[in-house]
Amino acid sequence: MTTTIALKRGWRRPAVLPGFPAAFGLTIGWLTLIVLIPVSTIFLKSAGMGWHEFLAVGFSPRALAAYRLSFGTAAAAGLVNAFFGLIVAWVLVRYPFPGKQVVSALVDLPFALPTAVAGIALTALYAPNGWIGQFLAPLGIKVAFTPIGIVIALVFIGLPFVVRSVEPVLADLGNDVEEAAATLGANRPQIMARVILPAIGPALLTGFAMAFARGVGEYGSVIFIAGNMPGRTEIAPLLIVTQLEQYEVAAATAIATIMMLASFAILLLINLIQAWTRVRGAE
Amino acid sequence: MKRRLFLATSLSASIVMVASLSACSGAKSGADGKSVELTNVSYDPTRELYQTINPGFAAAWKQKTGQTVTFRMSHGGSGKQSRAIIDGLDADVATLALAYDIDAIASKGKLLPADWQKALPDNSAPYTSTIVFLVRKGNPKGIHDWGDLVKPGVSVITPNPKTSGGARWNFLAAWAYGRKAGGTDAAAQAFVSKVYGNVPVLDSGARGSTTTFVERGIGDVLLAWENEAFLAEKELGKDKVEMVVPSISIRAEPPVAVITENAKRHGTTEVADAYLHYLYTPEAQTAIAQNFYRPTDPKVAEQFKSKFPAIEMATIDKDFGGWASAQKTYFGDGGVFDKIYTKK
Amino acid sequence: MSRLTPTSERAIVRRSLIAIALGFLALFLLLPLVAVFSEALKQGIGAYLEAVSTSDAWSAIRLTLLIAAISVPLNVVFGLAASWAITKFSFPGKSLLITLIDLPFSVSPVVSGLIFVLLFGAQGLLGPWLQAHDLKIIFAVPGIVLATVFITFPFVARELIPLMTEQGKDDEEAAISLGANGWQTFWHVTLPNIRWGLLYGVLLCNARAMGEFGAVSVVSGHIRGLTNTMPLHVEILYNEYDFVGAFAVASLLALLALVTLVLKTLLEWRFDLHQGSQSLRGAGH
Repeated sequence: MTTTIALKRGWRRPAVLPGFPAAFGLTIGWLTLIVLIPVSTIFLKSAGMGWHEFLAVGFSPRALAAYRLSFGTAAAAGLVNAFFGLIVAWVLVRYPFPGKQVVSALVDLPFALPTAVAGIALTALYAPNGWIGQFLAPLGIKVAFTPIGIVIALVFIGLPFVVRSVEPVLADLGNDVEEAAATLGANRPQIMARVILPAIGPALLTGFAMAFARGVGEYGSVIFIAGNMPGRTEIAPLLIVTQLEQYEVAAATAIATIMMLASFAILLLINLIQAWTRVRGAE
Repeated sequence: MKRRLFLATSLSASIVMVASLSACSGAKSGADGKSVELTNVSYDPTRELYQTINPGFAAAWKQKTGQTVTFRMSHGGSGKQSRAIIDGLDADVATLALAYDIDAIASKGKLLPADWQKALPDNSAPYTSTIVFLVRKGNPKGIHDWGDLVKPGVSVITPNPKTSGGARWNFLAAWAYGRKAGGTDAAAQAFVSKVYGNVPVLDSGARGSTTTFVERGIGDVLLAWENEAFLAEKELGKDKVEMVVPSISIRAEPPVAVITENAKRHGTTEVADAYLHYLYTPEAQTAIAQNFYRPTDPKVAEQFKSKFPAIEMATIDKDFGGWASAQKTYFGDGGVFDKIYTKK
Repeated sequence: MSRLTPTSERAIVRRSLIAIALGFLALFLLLPLVAVFSEALKQGIGAYLEAVSTSDAWSAIRLTLLIAAISVPLNVVFGLAASWAITKFSFPGKSLLITLIDLPFSVSPVVSGLIFVLLFGAQGLLGPWLQAHDLKIIFAVPGIVLATVFITFPFVARELIPLMTEQGKDDEEAAISLGANGWQTFWHVTLPNIRWGLLYGVLLCNARAMGEFGAVSVVSGHIRGLTNTMPLHVEILYNEYDFVGAFAVASLLALLALVTLVLKTLLEWRFDLHQGSQSLRGAGH
């Protein structure tokens, strides 16, 4: 009976299981209510602004500096994480060592620790009189209240994305491919460059993109450590808040819209990478 | 068994959900005559002040009417708080850092009349304060007046005037000195640009700046509210920081107002009005003075005269043509502050 | 070079890689955690206990628990429905739907808060209507719940979709052909299959719901004892020079994070979830 209903509804493949209308309806309804309507408000609001005003406030020099900072620090943190995250994932998958379980659990800490807590903890560490900062200050290295501080906060936030993306792929890779390559006469660096890196490349890129997306929008951990100087250490999310406090709702909305479009673009990129990986895997 | 566990969890979860939602909708009342709830939305440094004043008013009001007043306090940067009221934060009274922020509630939110400042004595400012310097113990950089702030190697901490009420007072006080020393507004702008050239961190609020200066050890001098400077001296001890009084500063008037539309809706107009009037009583004025704000009541002011240093003070209305014009000239987009920052 | 074998590294390389990995993790993850607890206990256990037992701290804790108790079940129901629809049926536009479910992951928390202000604020689209009917959303508990639900929207669904895709629908189809109805199939077949993945999703969803700062900060109004969540309370105490208090409340949140990690590790350990749910989003391989 369920089959006939499903057939009548005209979906491409007849489904045996019931519950599609209810589950699908609930999904779409809830998605519309919680995500689509609120998100579309922001586009509606900026559409009411007029193209010229939108460009003027959305790309003011101060906003441009904030985008440069947010995207730049997120990219820098993403690269740091791609490098060290790869090493961490490699070590966790390939080498046995005592306490591995604990280390593996620790990697997920940034997912579980509230960002505000991370923010005050990092500031306590890297301020000129903090645990680490006091050793850096005499060397003339300032971390807290400079873009370096922002990068450190974003490294903290983004690390698990890279490790958790790369880890399963590395585990799946197994030794047989490498052994095959070895029997064909490849040496270790060759295997690294020709076999392992290409295999984990897409996963690494996905992890980087996710860490980057999260970093661009991050607020809680950054505001404590950033110093918030307009044009120098003022990240884009903070600029939105600042504009709101100056009663510049239009500017806040325009910047938020641009950030939202960036989020869409990054998501699209991640999906493309994954689709491409699937296609390649199927060949 | 696992299934039952799941059933139980989801069931109890939905019960919690329904219960809490109904609790939310039933929360707002106060018209039963016995008790009344008053929401005071204020700026950052007044927490200690209202903690002392609120119980006094509650007792006086109970004696007068038999009603119990419960206070709801919200503190934050002045601009942020005013923005929240405009967007619907249910404040009965606003007690902010500067008149401009309450003007915004009147003009953008239409929640109180435009001439709200006439509702209470002294431009609706029950106390005043001023801007002073806080330096490190022993004043190692020898900072005694505004002129010392532009010396090379002196690092100045002040919040961002775009977001912080206190920082706008700082900016205008520096301007007043520059104008007095140089004679013209052009000289004042050159002076203020130099001061901001020595600022390494621009926090978004006054409290953030104090933290940066005191806890993080950044900077040689902090431009601060007089009350914050006193408080920092008291809390941290004079062996850490010292207050320095400049030759000229600005008379800061943090105003208070009943958000009339909200109060009408809650039925709290009367109590809100009485609350703000209470701030002018000798009792509250004494509490104000004890919390390091300058009282406006002449008798109380006389009593605490020795506590507050005498400073020559510019005023916003006389020297800067009122907040509306000062905001536009100095802090609006494309204003003087933006020019100072884009030049660098 | 001679001892360099093609399928493994020399011991020295291996050891230094382990050292680099552990050093990096210690510096970036462990040290901040240690800093939270050490700053909280700086003035002794007495000051610590006093700081976490103030009435403002308690109401922040209560509110945070309430927010999680409302938003997590909502997202569990949604996550189950969404992954049932997505993995058991084929329909056009499926990947678009998955992308939309993912959206809140990549939206800045501040933007998430802002959209609710634009929608429900007094100057927003629905503001006047809400005010006319005396309904409060923004700067009250419903607004905080909405922002939290938005932020944690994808967590459960993203955990279940890869898992249920991998498991296919053979079990359910068999149950149906044996005469079970839809609910029976779901309760007796599907749920037992996905229970650990679901629990894992709930865990992460809960951690984020309790810890969210940016979005909640925009819609909260910061009224003490009323709309102040624990992360917001940390910021307030921090701005009041009450560092012990700030770090004390922060340490409670850090403890929550540690408990989350321990539970998660136990789940992985015993039930070998390693494949299906490596992370928030099992990397699509």
